[in-house]
Order: sequence, then C-alpha cells, then structure tokens
Amino acid sequence: MILTKAQYDEIAQCLVSVPPTRQSLRKLKQRFPSQSQATLLSIFSQEYQKHIKRTHAKHHTSEAIESYYQRYLNGVGKNGAAPVLLELANEVDYAPSLMARIILERFLQEHEETPPSKSVINSMLRDPSQIPDGVLANQVYQCVVNDCCYGPLVDCIKHAIGHEHEVLLRDLLLEKNLSFLDEDQLRAKGYDKTPDFILQVPVAVEGHIIHWIESKASFGDECSHHAYLHDQFWSYWNRITFCIHYLCLLWNTLLGTPVWVTDR
Amino acid sequence: MAAVLESLLREEVSVAAAVRWIARSAQSSEDDPGEAAALSPLRPLRKEFVPFLLNFLREQSSRVLPQGPPTPAKAPGSSAALPGRPGGPPRGSRGARSQLFPPTQLPSPAAEVPSARRGGRRRGPGPARERGGRGPAGLEEGAGGEGLPWAASRRPRGSGSPGSPSLARSDPPNLSNLEEFPPVGSVPLGPAGTKPSRRINPTPVSEERSLSKPKTCFTSPPINCVPSSQPSVLDTSPWGHGLPPGCRSLQEEREMLRKERSKQLQQSPTPACPTPESGSPLPSRIGNLTAEPADPAGVSSHRRLELVALIYSSCLAENLVPNLFLELFFILQLLTARRMVAVKDSDLEPSPGALDSLESPLFQSVHDCVFFAVQVLEHQFQVLSCLDKGTLKLLAENERLLCFSPALQGRLQAAYESSVAKVSLAMPPSAQAVSFQPETDNRANFSSDRAFHTFKKQRDVFYEVLREWEDHHEQPGWDFEKGLGSRIRAMMGQLSAACSHSHFVRLFQKQLLQMCQSPGGAGGPVLGEAPDVLSMLGADKLGRLRRLQERLVAPQSSGGPCPPPTFPGCQGFFRDFILSASSFQFNQHLMDSLSLKIRELNGLALPQPEPSDEDGESDVDWQGERRQFAVVLLSLRLLAKFLGFVAFLPYRGPEPPPTRELQDSILALRSQVPPALDVLALLQQGLRARRAVLTVPWLVEFLSLADHIVPMLDYYRSVFTLLLHLHRSLVLSKEGEGEMCFLNKLLLLAVLGWLFQIPTVPEDLFFLEEGQLEAFEVDTVASEHGLDGMPVVDQHLLYTCCPYIGELRKLLASWVSGSSARSGGFVRKITPTTTTSLGAQPPRTTQGLQAQLAQAFFHNQPPSLRRTVEFVAERIGSNCVKHIKATLVADLVRQAESLLQEQLVMQGQEGGDPAQLLESLCSQLCPHGAQALTQGREFCQKKSPGAVRALLPEETPAAVLSSAEHIAVGLATEKACAWLSANITALIRREVKAAVSRLLRAQGPEPAARGERRGCSRACEHHAPLPSHLISEIKDVLSLAAGPRDPEEGVSPEHLEQLLGQLGQMLQCRQFLCPPAEQHLAKCSVELASLLVADQIPVLGPPAQHQLDRGQARRLLHMLLSLWKDNFQVPVPLQLLLSPRNVGLLADTRPREWDLLLFLLRELVEKGLMGQTEIEACLGSLREAQWPGDFSEELATLFNLFLAEPHVPEPQLRACELVQPNRGTVLAQS
Repeated sequence: MILTKAQYDEIAQCLVSVPPTRQSLRKLKQRFPSQSQATLLSIFSQEYQKHIKRTHAKHHTSEAIESYYQRYLNGVGKNGAAPVLLELANEVDYAPSLMARIILERFLQEHEETPPSKSVINSMLRDPSQIPDGVLANQVYQCVVNDCCYGPLVDCIKHAIGHEHEVLLRDLLLEKNLSFLDEDQLRAKGYDKTPDFILQVPVAVEGHIIHWIESKASFGDECSHHAYLHDQFWSYWNRITFCIHYLCLLWNTLLGTPVWVTDR
Repeated sequence: MAAVLESLLREEVSVAAAVRWIARSAQSSEDDPGEAAALSPLRPLRKEFVPFLLNFLREQSSRVLPQGPPTPAKAPGSSAALPGRPGGPPRGSRGARSQLFPPTQLPSPAAEVPSARRGGRRRGPGPARERGGRGPAGLEEGAGGEGLPWAASRRPRGSGSPGSPSLARSDPPNLSNLEEFPPVGSVPLGPAGTKPSRRINPTPVSEERSLSKPKTCFTSPPINCVPSSQPSVLDTSPWGHGLPPGCRSLQEEREMLRKERSKQLQQSPTPACPTPESGSPLPSRIGNLTAEPADPAGVSSHRRLELVALIYSSCLAENLVPNLFLELFFILQLLTARRMVAVKDSDLEPSPGALDSLESPLFQSVHDCVFFAVQVLEHQFQVLSCLDKGTLKLLAENERLLCFSPALQGRLQAAYESSVAKVSLAMPPSAQAVSFQPETDNRANFSSDRAFHTFKKQRDVFYEVLREWEDHHEQPGWDFEKGLGSRIRAMMGQLSAACSHSHFVRLFQKQLLQMCQSPGGAGGPVLGEAPDVLSMLGADKLGRLRRLQERLVAPQSSGGPCPPPTFPGCQGFFRDFILSASSFQFNQHLMDSLSLKIRELNGLALPQPEPSDEDGESDVDWQGERRQFAVVLLSLRLLAKFLGFVAFLPYRGPEPPPTRELQDSILALRSQVPPALDVLALLQQGLRARRAVLTVPWLVEFLSLADHIVPMLDYYRSVFTLLLHLHRSLVLSKEGEGEMCFLNKLLLLAVLGWLFQIPTVPEDLFFLEEGQLEAFEVDTVASEHGLDGMPVVDQHLLYTCCPYIGELRKLLASWVSGSSARSGGFVRKITPTTTTSLGAQPPRTTQGLQAQLAQAFFHNQPPSLRRTVEFVAERIGSNCVKHIKATLVADLVRQAESLLQEQLVMQGQEGGDPAQLLESLCSQLCPHGAQALTQGREFCQKKSPGAVRALLPEETPAAVLSSAEHIAVGLATEKACAWLSANITALIRREVKAAVSRLLRAQGPEPAARGERRGCSRACEHHAPLPSHLISEIKDVLSLAAGPRDPEEGVSPEHLEQLLGQLGQMLQCRQFLCPPAEQHLAKCSVELASLLVADQIPVLGPPAQHQLDRGQARRLLHMLLSLWKDNFQVPVPLQLLLSPRNVGLLADTRPREWDLLLFLLRELVEKGLMGQTEIEACLGSLREAQWPGDFSEELATLFNLFLAEPHVPEPQLRACELVQPNRGTVLAQS
C-alpha cells in the first residue's frame, strides 16, 4: 500500500508529543480508520523514536536521573499500587520502558555493590519477577506492557513482523517461480553483506530491473530510509541493483537515489 | 645540502618536516615554524637534497664496499659504450658505484659547502675515483692510497673510468687508451663546484694481475656493462653493436671468455685468479674472503645512523629517489659488506663534538653499515615481502640480519613461509614458424601472381635465415652480417610492391611475437601461447628438467641492477635482421604495423574478475585472466621495444651533441617530426582509464631506446613529466579504495626507476623543478574498475619484466657462498661445461614429445581450433573444481558433521577442545581428498569431448576432432588436477572447519530449541493470524490488566477465547513463526494464566461485574494448558506461575480465590507439564517471601492442600468448584 507524503504528514502531525500508550494508539485508529493498525503503529513508532532520539540526552543527566528516582520513591511511598512510574514517564514526555530502565538501573546501583550489567537489566525488563523489589517489579511491568514504542515486547513484535515479511516475500517469489538465493545461502557462499534475496535471474518490474530484494518491514519514511541507504544499501550497490520490499512506502522520498523501492 | 643533513642529525629539524620540505614546494601548515625557519634559507637547494643524500651515502660507504658487486649509479651525461676500446665487453659510462648525480651547477651562493665536503676533510682510504670528472678528489687520491700497497698499481686503471663523459667530450680520441689518459681533474671546477668527487673504491688486486696490462676496465661490471651474451643496443656503431670492429661479434667475446675459463681451470685451485669473464677483474684476495663479523655492540653512533636511515627511508617511501631497487641493492650491499678497508686510526677518531655533524664518517665499521642497512630494511619490509621466495629465504637466513634485528628476521621468515612467489627464469624456445594464415596469405591479397610467388619465396628465405641463425649464432667466429647480411638484403630487394612489404612485415612481426614473447633472458615460452600447451601437459619431471635447464642456461647476470636495454636471445636475431636489411621501406612498414598492434593490444579489454566471488575456485579462473594480462603486457613490451628501436634508429648516436648550438638546431629539426606513435595521448588515456599498469611498462620499453635528443623534445618531455608525476604518486604505503595494487605499483616503480637510469635519459630529468611537476594534474576520475586496482601483476611477471630485480637475490646468494669477488659477486652453483645449449634440445620425454605433438597439431589447424580447445579446457577444468567442491567436499563435510556428532555424544557435553576436534576430523578426512584427482579426471574425461564437439564446426574431420578432444581432456585434467592437488586439502580443511564451528555454535546453550520443528501440514494454507499480531493483541490484554485503564476499557471473554484459539492455530501453522516470537508468546501466555488465576482481567460488561466467571476462567485455563502441552515447541516458563510477583496478584484480590490456582497446579502435574517436586520447590520458596500475615497463612494452607492430595485430582476439583466464592478463605480456615 502506498501512502502519499500528505497523508503521512497528517498522521505524523497527530503524533506530536503524544505518549506511546495503548490509549494514544486507539485514538489514532479512530482518527484514521482507513489505515491498518500495523501501519499506524509503525509510523507512530518511528515518529516517536525520532522524538526520543532528540530528547534522549536530557533524561540521562545525573540530575535528571536523581530527580526521577526521588519522585518515584515519593510516589510509591504514598501508594505502591498507583501507576507512579508510568505517569512520571508520561509527565516528562519519555518512553515508559526507557524510564523504567533508568529507575531500575538507579535502584540496582543503590542496592547492589557492583553496578548492574546491561544484560542483567535487559533480563529484568523482560521478566520483571526477577527484580528483587516487588513494588518496583510491578511498576516496571506496567511500564513495559503499556509502552507501544519501546521495550522487549515491542522489539519482539517488530522482529516478528520483519520475519513474517521475509517469509511472505519468499512465498511470493516461489509462487511467481522466481529462482533466488536467500540470505543463508548467500552467507554460505561467502558474501559479506547480504540482502534478503538475490534473484538468480533478474526480473523487470515497471521498467526497473530488479536483481535483488531486501525486505524492510517497517515504515519507509524519509529519515529511516536514508539511514538504511547509508548503512546497507550503498554497500550493496556495486554488486546488485535492488528493490526493497516495504510494509508501507512514502512515495516522494526516493527520487534521485538509485534505489527503487516498492511495497510488495 | 649538508647543512640540511646536519640540522637533521642535530635533530633541529624533524625527519617528517624535512621530507615534507623535499617533497613539496609549498610550506605545509603542519610544519613547525622553527623547523620551517631552519629550512627556509635553504629553499633553493631543495631539489638537490635527495641527490646529495644519495651521493653522500655512496661516498660514505665507499670504504666498505670496495670489492663487492657494484652499486650502479647514473653518471652525468653518460654515453653509450665507447668504440675502440680494445678487448673486453662494451662498457657504458655507468660504471661501478659512483656518484649518482652530478652536482648541479648552481650559481646561487647558497650552495653551502659542508665542512665535511671541503678538501681538507677528504680522507679517502684509497684512490678516489674521479667519477664524472668533477671535483678535485682525484688529485688527492695518491696520498690516500699510500696506505695500501696495491693502490699504486690500481690507481691508473681506477681513475680511468672509461665512460666519463667529460673526458669523452674533451678528449675523445684518447679514450681508447685509458692508461695514458686518466681522467683525473680534467674538468675545471664550477663556481660552486665544491661538490667533491667520488673517491675510487679501492679494489685490491692480486700481484701478478696488477702488473699485466689490463684490457678490461678495472671496475666491477658497470651498469652499462652488457653481459657477455647480451649486446647493448645503445651502441654507437652503425650496426648497433657498439663494439670495435675487431670485437663486434659476440662470438669473439665468447671465444675470449672460453679461453679465460680454460686458463682459470688450469690455474685452479687458485682462488686469487681474476675472472675476466665476469666482466670484473676484481680479484679476490687470498685469505680475504671471509667477512668481518658484524656485531650490534660495535655500532658507533646509533642515533646518527638511525636518523640517516630514517630520512633515507622516508625518501624511498615518498619515491623521491629515482630507482627504488637500485637503493635496495645498495642497502643489501651494505648488509653484506665484508670488511672495512683499513684507514689510519686518526681518521677513525671522531673529532670531539663532531659526532652529530658530518665531520666524522658515517660508516666507521662494518657494524655501522649493517646496522644502517638493517634499519632501512625494516622500513622497507613491505617491499621485501613482495620479493620472490628465494630472495626472502636468503634474507631470512642472513645471520647479520638475525643478529641486528630478530624481529625483522621473524617477519621475513613468516613472509618467506607464506610466500608463493616462486619465480623461475624461462627456457629458450624452439623456433617455430608462423603457420600459413589463409585469411591474409592467400593469392587474393596480392597484386599479382608474381608478388604472391615472391612472398612465398621470401617466406622460405626468411625461415632459412632464421634457422641458420639458430644453428650458428652461438658458434665462435660467426657473424650475423657476414653470414646473412647479403642474403637478407637480396631478399629485401625483391620486395618491390608496397603490399609485399606489408605482408612480409606481418610475418616478421608474428614471428617476433611467437619467438620472443617471453622473459628477457632467453625468450622462453612461459607465458606465450605455445608454451601454454607445453606447460600444461608437462608434469613433474618436465618441470624439474626445466628448472635444471634454467640454471644451466639462464644468463649469469643481467648486468647489475640497472642494465641497459638489450635484445637478449631471439630478439637479437630480429634486431640484427632489421640492421642488416637496412631497408627504409621495411622499417616504415614495420613501424606502422608495430604501432597498429600496440594500439590494438593496449586498448584490449582485459577480463575483469568478479570481485564478490570469494570462493576458492575463482582462483582457477583468475589465474587464467592474470596469464592473459601477462601475455598482453609482454607482447606490448616486445613490440614497443622494437618500435622504439626502429623509430629512433636514424637518430641514434654515441652521445649528446657536443655544443649547445648544434643541439638547438637538432632540436628545432626534430620537433617538426611527428612521433611514430602518439605515446603521450596513449599514456594520458591509460592514466585516465586507470590502466597505467598496462601502458607504462611498454612505454618504458619504447622510451628506453630513444636517442639523446628525445628527452629534450617538448613532446617527449611532457611524456617524461607525466611519468615522473606518476612515479611520485606511486607511494607504496598508501592503500585503500582507488589505489593501485601493491605489486602493480612495484612493477611500475621498477620499470620507471630503470628508465630513469638509462644513459640517454638526462639525469637532471628526475629532479625536475617541481613547478613543472605540479603543473601536471592527471584526472584519474574515469572508470573505477581500471586494471590498476586489480591484482594483475604477480611476482613472476614482475621478475619477467624486470629481471634486474633478481640481482638482489644474486647479491644475497653471493654472500652466502662467501666469495663476493668472483663474478662480480654473483656465484652460480652450477657452471655449465658444455658448449651446446641444452635449451635448444627438446625434452625427449614422452610428455615433452606429446606436448610438441600437440603444438604441431595446432600449428596446422585454424587458430580458432586452438582457441576453442583452450577455452573448453579452461572452462571444464574450472567446472571440475566446482563440481568436486559440490560433491566430494560436500560429502566429506557431511561425514565430518556426523563424526562430530558421534564424538560429542561420546564425550558428553564437555566436548573437548574445538581445535583438537578439528584436527582429528581433518586427519581422518583429508586423505579422502586424493579421490578428488580421480574424480576430477573422470569429470574432465566425460565433459570435455562433448563441449569440443559442440563448438567446432560440424565439418571438422573425425581425426582432427578426436585429437582436439584428447588435447582438451588432457589440458582440462591438467588444469583441474594441478589446482586440486595443490588446494584440495586446504579446501577440505576450510570447509570442515566452517561446518564444525557452525555445529558447535548450534550446540550452544539450548539444545532443545534445535529439536526438529514440526511444520504445518502440507494442506495448510497459512491463514492463521500472524505472530506479530497475536503478540500485539496479548500485550494489549496484559496492559489492560496492568492498568491504568479507562473505565470503559476491558476485554470480552469471547475475545479472550478467540485469541487463544488463534494462538493455537498459529502455533500449528508455524509458517511465520520465529523462535524469539514463540518464546515471547509462551511467556505472555503464562502471564495471561496468572491473570486469569488471580481474576485480574477486566471484562467488558455491566460496570458492576468486571470479572470473568469461574467456568469461563477454567475453560480458558484449559485452553492454555493444552497449548502449552501440545503446541508450544519452546520451553514454556511455567514456573513463573508461582513467582512471587504473579502469586502476589492474588493478594490484591478481595476476597481471595485460591481454587483456580490449585486447579491449575494439579492440571500441570496431571499433564506432565511440571513435576510435583518442582511445584513443591516453587511453593516452598514462595513462603520465604514477605507477605501480609493472612496471606502467608493462606499460602501455607494451599501448600498443604496440594501436598495432601497429590494423585486424585478429579473429585477434588469438583469439590473446589462446589466451594463457591469464598472457597479460598474456607480453605484457609480449614
């Protein structure tokens, strides 16, 4: 499905300083009933990530961390069952999962001799029952399940979407009887950088020669597309021209680049 | 200049700054202002620094290297060998080690004279040789020489460097008598001519010899010296031989050598006997052959030597010196210096405080020399590591190097071990006639029957002449002109029509390519087309025979590290033919034809390798492409050399015009003449297209035959300037995108360096004003994938194009053998005693005969047949390797995998050291690699004939077809087997290693996860909901339950049921499921169960009743239980059900409901999802947590209940159901 730049901008407009919660997403769905939830979530997620990238630093100063932690302690001191952490995150306009991480880190620093390792923190965020403090465990859990843009569950959803689209693409190729090599086969052949699929016999679609296909099941907005271009695509460019299989596509972004992007 | 060096030594100026100062004209911002200030007054001298440094080093080392082989140096205004010198091989002016560059006659008074350079400081231990006739030192030499008993006798000859151009200019007639006319002080000093001359290397001479009248020049073979078998082309006689009439033919020389040798044999075992055949009368002194040991502790001034070594190395690195390999040769000479010539003690003592300056000699002992050499070699490791294996071995085994730098030795040893650069000299070819070319040689292409017949006759005459030359040219007393001249001229006379000329020229050129397209020495068939067959059919024995032949027939020395251009081997025939024919028409046609062919080959699109194909088998293809490049390059070089020879033939003269006026008038004339080939344009194209690696080597050949005027012509000046620019830009240490490959650069550096040392190239050319240099900006923007960036050059090609690099190896070998004096230091272990060349005899083995038969077969067939057969052989050979890899190797890898599995099972989980495992696997499997050869042979046998048949015309006669098939099979087998036998073990090892590491990785933490996955049935159409959707949905439920939520939010029980149903579908289909998603789903399902047990799911409906009813909850739990049992393939974290957090959810509910939990626990045990003991353990640990008092009590009761009724679930369940809402409380109370 192809989205115009204007439509995209309209959706993005609605997402300015909206907390990444279930409720926000529900409102968005009501506002744009014609768009699928996956599309909206993808746009939401990407817009919100841009926002977080801009503001990330200010939440990580030691003063900010200290003040968040004190507010958290005060909050749970008054009422441990109240959604203290989630509200704090929404109030300071930060992702709940990331706020949970800050507080958890700070908490562990206080209670353990050694500073907590990243893997320990990640594991606790995935399974809050490992958190030694029951109240904090509940608070963290609440943040994680309520965050629709960050957190282990969201990461898993994104990963699953990516995988599903690769499978879909493979099925499509098989259905169309196109002979291809997938990533594993390519890796076995010694390619260092591998797209998802290389067509063994190129095909022409709408006047473009397609040699290979990369499935990026995320919303193809300008920013992320340029990032992908930078990270991966140019390194493929010498070898093969290609097409990217997008969940959704922003039409105007790619003029002037040698990458031909399509949705399916 | 010396001031600069001194300030460097005093460390006032950093080396980096100095190099920047030399290399660039503009001041760099990086420069320290202080340094800049120190250097700025010296600006006018900038371009003189490098020549000064080089001369300085040569001079400093003169006491150390008196008897070693020469470091050739370019003398100013050098000229070709001088006629009229009696006896001895022709000698150019580039004699033994001497001043490389004459001091520029700078009018500027800034040309400061370093104190060390002033006359008083000159304390040469021996006679200073007046190189280039400049400087006063020659006058002093007597005093210096007095210390040495042999000096007096040496001196006259010593100072008589025959090539001294100044001498040549002033007293040309006297040159023939060197003894009467020593060149001492014959040139007045320039105003700033304080640059002292070079001292003569004192060379000890044995007594009896010193008294005899030396007929040869005393110096060791000078650069211009032509080895006995290779007459120089830079000769001055009209026939190009450059020998006095009595000495024109090589045969005479040979005869002399033979006599000398027999004399030597008679005199043996007297080692002191001079060996004139080496071109060097340097006698070995009796008992003096042993080298002085070098000791790092004996080094006089580490810091000083280090600094000089550093600046010298930096100059090398920046390509500021004209010839890199010449400098390497010099350094190796220093490394292998045998002993220091004794000097008076007072000379050795440094004046106090003068250590940092140039006051004291730089090299005070052999230790110093070796230390310096090793220092420089350390900086040059990159270049050294690219030398051939033999040189590396000699270097790595050099005990001095080991002693002075074990680290460098280690690196060299490693480089030697990993090197595959075996370089061999080639074998002489057997002359084969160019076959009849039906396309061009038929009657239709001739104007008349008569012309056609004449051509046929000429063809016969030409081959007759050729055969006669082959038979006789090595015989003593045979002379080309005398023997064949008149016949050739008669034949040329018959070529009346222009078209006949062109036909003959085509034949001539083809024959030239066929015979000479090979390494310089003998013109062997290594890379040519014909040799292909031979080398492919040949096997071990043939190879060994060849190596032996090479050692026997390869020229002893190619004439030092900078030999003049020569026409070795068969090339001599073609040169002499051109000279004897002396036909203007012939020359013109030849030039046209050569130019055309050069253009054609130069523009040839050479195949490009696929860069992404990293597989082993691409080596096979790539080798072929590299070979093709080599063939093209060598052909181009040969053609260009002959083009240069013919084009500049009319202008060739002994030396530059004597007067300025004459020169100007010649220049005015010559600048009118258009160049024979527009080399400037071709060079520019080549640079733009990044094909310099192809264009420059042949251009160098072309220019090497230019006459003295050529470099002064504007047109060629631009060519030289471009080449200089290129030379400068080939910085070896630069690597990366767009840079030329290392060996490509090395080849260009070697050929350019050689060109800059050619006598006809003015020595000041290299040190051009940089203003001119910078004016040339080459835009190399064009194609990214030029040849330059591809590894087209290998060591073999490098050594073939530049045989003089092999001098390094000879020098090192001579050190090992311990006698440096003989043969100019080059010792060959095998001395051929037979006068007939072995090379001329074809190998009489069956294989050799077969090879010759194959060649003969192709010879009489259309060329396309040969191309077809070779193409088929190449492709089938390559496919064979791929096939073996896909079948045999893949099978072995599978075997390895199963073996590994077995071993892992046997050894249990600890496995063992992966490296050991790999070793044992490889040792079991690699022997199977031997099958590859049999299978490969079968493959080629099966596939080749069909391919040949398909590609050859239908009408090919059966016998021809079957021969072609046989040859194709043979070639393909040879090719495949050669690759396989060399690489199969490594290939198996690599593949097994990859498989093992893959397997061990997969063995990793979760073996269960690797268990076979049940996919969906074939009938499944994959309509189940996507995993991502389900995770998202369940996450929504979880977040609703966790809150906060709006009052109207909730889930319907139907929705929950539907969700679990979809989860079941999806888990059965699995089409889109990946393990991480499944793991998260498993965890979420457990969370969901906990929420159900705790009745925490907000249900849509009337506000009062926000809870699921018991029955619904139990139904949902049942669904979950069956999902866990039957559908999830990842471990489900069921213990989370009893985590304090999830059990704690119950604590919040009022009234508490325990029956669902009890139900769930019993079901888990019942379904075998969790063990009784496991649950007990979880419950036990739960009691340790902190709970409200009443909750703890209830928990204890639950625990007891669970324990009390372990095995009778059904009635109890019903009982639980009966106990309505407050069952939990009731339980607690009971």
